[in-house]
Amino acid sequence: MAEQTGVVGERTWLWRAFAAPGVTWLILLFLTPFYAILSVAMGKLDPIFLTAEPVWNPAAWDPGVFAEAFGEIFGGALGETALRTIAYVIVATSLSVLIGYPVAYYVSRRAGRWKILILVLLIAPFWINYLMRMLSWVNLLDREGYVNQILMALQIFDEPREWLVGRHETVILGLVYGYIPFFILPLFAALDRIDEAVVEASRDLGASPFWTFLRVTLPLSKQGILAGTVIIMLPMFGDYYTPNLLSGSPKTRMFANEIDLFVNQTTSGGGRGAALTLILMGFVGLLMVYYLLSVARATREARA
Amino acid sequence: MEIERPSVLARLKRWLANPWNRPRLLALWTWIYLAWSIVPIVIAVQFSFNAGRSRSTWQGFSFQWYFQDPDLSVLHDPSLRLALIQSLKLAGLSMLITTPLGVALALGLARWRGRGAKPANFLMLFPLVTPEIVMGVALFLVFTNLLDFVPLGTPAQLLGHVTFSLSLVVIIIRGRLFAVGREYEEAAMDLGATQWESLRRVLLPLLAPAIFSALMIVFALSIDDFVISAFLVSQESSITIPVRLYSSARMAPSPALNALASLLLFGSLTAITLAGLFLRRYRKREGARGSAVEDLARLEI
Repeated sequence: MAEQTGVVGERTWLWRAFAAPGVTWLILLFLTPFYAILSVAMGKLDPIFLTAEPVWNPAAWDPGVFAEAFGEIFGGALGETALRTIAYVIVATSLSVLIGYPVAYYVSRRAGRWKILILVLLIAPFWINYLMRMLSWVNLLDREGYVNQILMALQIFDEPREWLVGRHETVILGLVYGYIPFFILPLFAALDRIDEAVVEASRDLGASPFWTFLRVTLPLSKQGILAGTVIIMLPMFGDYYTPNLLSGSPKTRMFANEIDLFVNQTTSGGGRGAALTLILMGFVGLLMVYYLLSVARATREARA
Repeated sequence: MEIERPSVLARLKRWLANPWNRPRLLALWTWIYLAWSIVPIVIAVQFSFNAGRSRSTWQGFSFQWYFQDPDLSVLHDPSLRLALIQSLKLAGLSMLITTPLGVALALGLARWRGRGAKPANFLMLFPLVTPEIVMGVALFLVFTNLLDFVPLGTPAQLLGHVTFSLSLVVIIIRGRLFAVGREYEEAAMDLGATQWESLRRVLLPLLAPAIFSALMIVFALSIDDFVISAFLVSQESSITIPVRLYSSARMAPSPALNALASLLLFGSLTAITLAGLFLRRYRKREGARGSAVEDLARLEI
C-alpha cells in the first residue's frame, strides 16, 4: 500500500480516466458478445422462419438446443468429428514439439554467429499470412505440383497422388506447418533465459552433455514447452480453414467446421452454432486459464 | 538428383560419426526445418511472376498477374482489387483507432490501483487467449442480434479488428512502461511539472518506440486476420485479401491469387521490418544490449 502514496500514484482519477475508454470498449465488444452467444444458444427457434431467436433474460433460458448438441457429441453424429479433432490436435502438437524443440535449442544455445539470421527466418512465418502459407501448399500438393513431380522423378510413385482430397496426413501437415512457429518462439525465449552458468556447472561437476541436457536444460525449459504447446493447441481446436483448404472433405472435418457450417452457411443454425461454440470454449477453457495465468505471471515478473 | 545422392549420404555419415563434437546434427535439423518453412512461400511468390496460367510449371518472368493482364491481374480484376483496398482500409483504420486506445488503457491499467483495477486487467488479457472462431461467432451474433445498428461489413469488421488487437497494444506499451520506470516522471514533477505535463513531455516521448511498434504490429495483425473478417463479411465489397484467398484457393486458382497473396506478404513484412528498425534505433540510442530481432522474437509471449 505504501507505493500508492508516491507522487505519480496520487491522482487515481486520472489513471481511471485513461483506462475507461479501453475498458468500456472491452465490455461492449468483448463481454457483451459472449452474453450474446449464451442468449442465442439458450434461446428459442422462430416457429415460422426457423431462425434462432435470442432470449436476453437468463431466467427464461432454455438449455434444449444446448443439451441436444451435447448429446450429439457423446454418442451422436458429432462424436466422430470431436474425436478426430482431438486426434489431429494431439498428433500435430506432438510433431511440433519433436520438430521444434531441436530448432529452438539450437538457435538459443548453439547457433553462434548465425543466431540473428535464423531468428529472422523463424519470425518471418509469424507475419506471413496463414492462408498464404496454406495456399503455397495447395500449389505444391496439386496433382501437377512440385511434390508429385519430385516423388515421381524419384520413382517413389508411378502416378500422381491426390493429396488434397480427404487425406489425414495432409491436414496434419498443414496444422504443423501453420502453427509450429508459434511453438518455437516462446520455447526459444524460455531456453534463451536459462543461465549459461547453470549448464556449465553441471558439466564441471562431471555430467555428460546428454545428462546435462536431460537433468538441467530440459527441466528448465518445461515452462517454455508448456506455454508453446498451449499457444498452438488453442487455435488448432478452433481451426476450420486448414482442413477446408487442404482437404475439403467430410472425412477430415474438424469440430470448428461444424460451427462454421451452422453459423455461416445456414440461416437456421445460429442456435446450434452458438451451442457448439460454447462447448468448444468449455473444452479449451483449461488451456485458456493456464495461458492467462502464465501471462499474468510474466507481467508480475516484468513489474518486479 | 540421383547423382547427388551418394555424396550427400557420405557427408551425412561423416556428420553422424561424431554428432556431439559440434552440434552438426542440430544445425542440419534447423536448416532443414527453415528450408521447409520458407521454400514453399518462395515458390508461391515465384509463381505470382509466372508468364502463364500454371502454378506448377515455370514459363518465364512477367508482371502479367500484377497489372499487365487487362482482365485477370490484381489491378484489373475487380474482386482482387477490392480485396486489396478493403484490407488496406481496415488495417489503416484499426491501426489509428487501436493504438491510442491501447496506449491509454496500458497507462491506466499500469497505474490505477483501485477497486475494479484487477478485474479490468483480467478482462484485458482475455481476448489474447480466446480462440478466434469463438470471438468471430460472438461478434457475429452480437451484431446481428443486439448491437444491430452496426451493419455487417466494414463497420463490424473494424470494431472486431480493434477488439482483438487492443490487448496486444497494451502488452507492448506496458512492457516499455515497466522498463522505463517512474524515475523520469517523478524527477519532472519534483522540478515543478504537473502530472499532465510530465506525462506529455517526459513519458510519451519515452514511449515513442513502443507506440510506433504497436502501430506497425496492429497494421500487420489486421491485414493478416482471416477469421474475424470472414465472420463479419456482408458483401463483395467487404471481402479482405485473406477471405479472398480462402474462397478462391480451391475454386478458381490462378497466379493472380498468388500475386494478391504476395502483395499481402510484402505489406506485412514491410510493416514488421519498420517496427524492427525503429526498435533498433532506439535501443542503440539507449545503449541497450542484444539485438532488436531478439526483442521482436520475445514480443509474442
